Amino acid sequence: MAITRDEVLHVARLARLELTDEEVGRFTEQLSAILEAVAKVSELDLSGVEPTAHPLDLANVWAEDEPRPSLTVDEALANAPDRQDGFFRVPPA
Amino acid sequence: MIDTLRLTAEEAFRLVERGEVSTAELHAAYLAAIAERDDELHAYLRTVDDPQGIPIAFKDLVSTRGVETTAGSRILAGYKPVFDATVATRCRESGMSLLGKTNMDEFAMGSSTENSGFGPTKNPWDPERVPGGSSGGSAAAVAGGLAPWALGSDTGGSVKQPASLCGIVGLRPTYGTVSRYGIVAFASSLDQIGPMTKTVRDNALLYRAIAGRDPMDSTTVELPEAVQVPDALDLKGLRVGVPKELNEAEGIEPGVNEAADRTIELCRELGAEVGETSLPRSVEFGLACYYLVAPAEASSNLARYDGVRYGLRVEGADVREMYEKTRDAGFGDEPKRRIMLGAYALSAGYYDAYYGQAQKVRTVIAQEHAAAFESFDVLVSPTSPTVAFRLGEKAENPLAMYLSDVLTIPSNMAGLPGLSIPCGLSEGLPVGFQLIGPQFSENVLFRTGHALERAIGFDVVPGRLR
Amino acid sequence: MNWEPVIGLEIHVHLKTRTKMFCRCEVEYSVPENSRTCPVCLAYPGSLPVPNRKAVEWTVKLGLALGCRIAEHAVFHRKNYFYPDNPKAYQISQYDQPMCVDGRLVVPGSEGESEVGIVRAHLEEDAAKNVHLGSAQGRIAGASATLVDFNRAGTPLVEIVTRPDLRSSEEARRFLQLLRQTVVELGISDAEMEKGSLRFDVNVSVRPSGSDELRTRTELKNLNSFAFAARAIEREVERQVGIYESGGEVEQETLHFDPGSESAPPLRSKEEAQDYRYFPEPDLVPIEPPPELIERLRGELPELPGARMQRLAAELDHDLAADLVTSGRDALYERVPGDRRAVANVLMNQFAASGVDSAAVNPDELGKLIEARSRIPRDRLIEALAASGEPDFTAEGYLADGLVADTSELEPIVDRILEANPGQVEAYRGGKEGLLGFFVGQVMRETQGKADPQVVNELLRAKLTGYASGL
Repeated sequence: MAITRDEVLHVARLARLELTDEEVGRFTEQLSAILEAVAKVSELDLSGVEPTAHPLDLANVWAEDEPRPSLTVDEALANAPDRQDGFFRVPPA
Repeated sequence: MIDTLRLTAEEAFRLVERGEVSTAELHAAYLAAIAERDDELHAYLRTVDDPQGIPIAFKDLVSTRGVETTAGSRILAGYKPVFDATVATRCRESGMSLLGKTNMDEFAMGSSTENSGFGPTKNPWDPERVPGGSSGGSAAAVAGGLAPWALGSDTGGSVKQPASLCGIVGLRPTYGTVSRYGIVAFASSLDQIGPMTKTVRDNALLYRAIAGRDPMDSTTVELPEAVQVPDALDLKGLRVGVPKELNEAEGIEPGVNEAADRTIELCRELGAEVGETSLPRSVEFGLACYYLVAPAEASSNLARYDGVRYGLRVEGADVREMYEKTRDAGFGDEPKRRIMLGAYALSAGYYDAYYGQAQKVRTVIAQEHAAAFESFDVLVSPTSPTVAFRLGEKAENPLAMYLSDVLTIPSNMAGLPGLSIPCGLSEGLPVGFQLIGPQFSENVLFRTGHALERAIGFDVVPGRLR
Repeated sequence: MNWEPVIGLEIHVHLKTRTKMFCRCEVEYSVPENSRTCPVCLAYPGSLPVPNRKAVEWTVKLGLALGCRIAEHAVFHRKNYFYPDNPKAYQISQYDQPMCVDGRLVVPGSEGESEVGIVRAHLEEDAAKNVHLGSAQGRIAGASATLVDFNRAGTPLVEIVTRPDLRSSEEARRFLQLLRQTVVELGISDAEMEKGSLRFDVNVSVRPSGSDELRTRTELKNLNSFAFAARAIEREVERQVGIYESGGEVEQETLHFDPGSESAPPLRSKEEAQDYRYFPEPDLVPIEPPPELIERLRGELPELPGARMQRLAAELDHDLAADLVTSGRDALYERVPGDRRAVANVLMNQFAASGVDSAAVNPDELGKLIEARSRIPRDRLIEALAASGEPDFTAEGYLADGLVADTSELEPIVDRILEANPGQVEAYRGGKEGLLGFFVGQVMRETQGKADPQVVNELLRAKLTGYASGL
């Protein structure tokens, strides 16, 4: 197996995904097959090659330190699943 | 009487300018067509009442202020943006208005629109087949006479491939020429919004309306030259390259090959110089490269869907439980797979071998294409190895589904533009022809595509709807 | 066995730009929750970051002030982790290609200077603010929750990491003080711990004196003042030495202090090494500071506090030099003529006590006063210093022998002063008795310090009260 059940549980935890037992089994199989296929990239010797972080050769893109209007509090909270006054509310962290 | 199956956007603008038809009448005509045909096709997730301009449909990952935007996922069901995507604003400022939001594979992950959290879309040519993906809803809407034109998005081929399967024109622009501000992100270094239209001229018109640097998107640039709406009917002086590996890739159906070969011959007849070329590693390693880079970026881009500020929330005893339950309930299988794959590829100890290596493969792919473009102006191939496949045929096999993109992915990894035009039928279903150019060569692609389109005379109206 | 502490610092400085790091929401304290947000800092789907040019410039400036090499090619990275105050579930920060590397800050000390290496300084964004509600909200069924305010999310931060070159809690304290003053004088931050615009963590380990090994270190977090940090460091050093001397091993731990209570023992946690899955931020392009920008900023650097301390330490002892600069009185010191040590001492003691603003003082006159200080009665010196900030102050009056105590000479002067300041007289009668000092100062000025202050005091009191009772 290119990826083990434990490794699947580990990345699921990293990604905050709660998987059922069935999902863990199914995903382990599928991810193994996919990983085997993508591991193909390691067949190439690319020791002298630079990675491409961006397709375009850009640098120094930025904006002036001038304020733009912010959202109103109601706009900011418009889609909030739960709120308390002007705050977003979530279960205890 | 407005024939929504045939009307191009260019004609629609002309009719409105001449006062022969009002924009309200246009919208009404398309809404009527939607009422008639969309129950079957399910191209749309919702329509809106905004008859001010020439109608246009947006894939549901384009943020539209006050209008639900789900990116095809239940984790965003009910989410209404408080801002417009830049492309939405530019469309409005160019005289268009929203007809509706179209269906898509969840978070743009898929090649058939079967991964939508809200049910699949059907191909107007044959409703038992897929329209392609992830912009399947937009493709079906245009092909099925339910919108004059539409915006889709392309990361691994999600504009080009559905355009191919539905027999319409789709452009994946040069990376950085169309703003991603307000576009629900999948893979940031690959995503681009692309026009999906009935004709190449319409495509150029729509591209012109949306392209250009956006101060809200640091990865955009000004176009080095203005967009030209094509006119010429010949290809004199054009050097057309046929990359061996793209045209002989495993899995290309014979009918697709024949249609593509005929089109290559047509290029010669129209005056182009045609020659063979090679992209030795781009095709062989393209898929693997894409399925490392895209999921890695996606695993990070999709982490914000946590139930805190918007979208679905499933409560938990503490915030960690809330995250896990929300994300498990809200994401479908494909996003879950890609998130885990991506997290793995970025994780400590694996970064160099997987993500790091894939980013280097990207450089190799860009170099190979650049070398080919020293001798050729345009590279050609079929867009998709197959015509539209049946619903359910590849849904259970992720790797088989990924192979649908084997021809569109390589040039995407290099940030290059690609135009797909319908070039014929195979077993009664459309075949798409892919034109790839160097960065900023959209005018060449439009010119080439238009001349071919006129010569081929493909009828974009699906047989069963004529 | 002798042990030496090995201390390193990680400091976060909030840049006081008008807008946030990656969006143009205004950065403001004390405004309603979630009133300074936008799709970008709320991480709505489809939002994208655009860097603040001023923040980039100020980071280069800070790097130059710390003697760093400015990277030719700097990259933003995503640091991925889940927490409610982290809206994108990643922080845009810098990883292996930060903006500034390899600097140093020379910290003065009583035994001389020490050079503290700066490993790096990089630019990143701050998180939002969580407010944790306890379950004791008057409800039995534990209604605890976390409230989140995103006003702070996206504020520009510079993170500075030192080499573990500090060898005592005192040195750490002085380093922090000097860094803070440097950053304030550069004009890029208010660096106030109470406001949260300066935060720091400390890494502590110990080793046998003279060795160069690096043993296991613990991390001290949430220290809310330099003084408290110094004490916490000392306690931790003692604890670690105790462990080694009893044959044990120090475990890698994080000590979370309670900012609300200095005496509370820290919570200890063995934080799992987090896998942040850093990768270059695809929504941003690299920063390549143009050489012209770097040279311009280098030219704009003032003489920084550390450099001034070093310079002054050549003529004074290190502590005095450091104190002068830290207190902001070194500019005056440099302009006052006379014996350096004497001037420095008076400035840091009697002059400091007077509360007079350094900028208001005539340096030559003050110099005369200091030179003559052993010949002037102590009280008069204090009065003279108190008056030294007045625009036309001269020392001469205070240098002459003998004081005028004759009430017939002084009374008319007192009357004149009282008539000329009716507002203050009323205020005094209304209860503002501190104003007596004002009247005394006025009389002393008129008499160029020759009046006997005791007599002046008595006259004034009598007349002021007299006015009142005369009504």
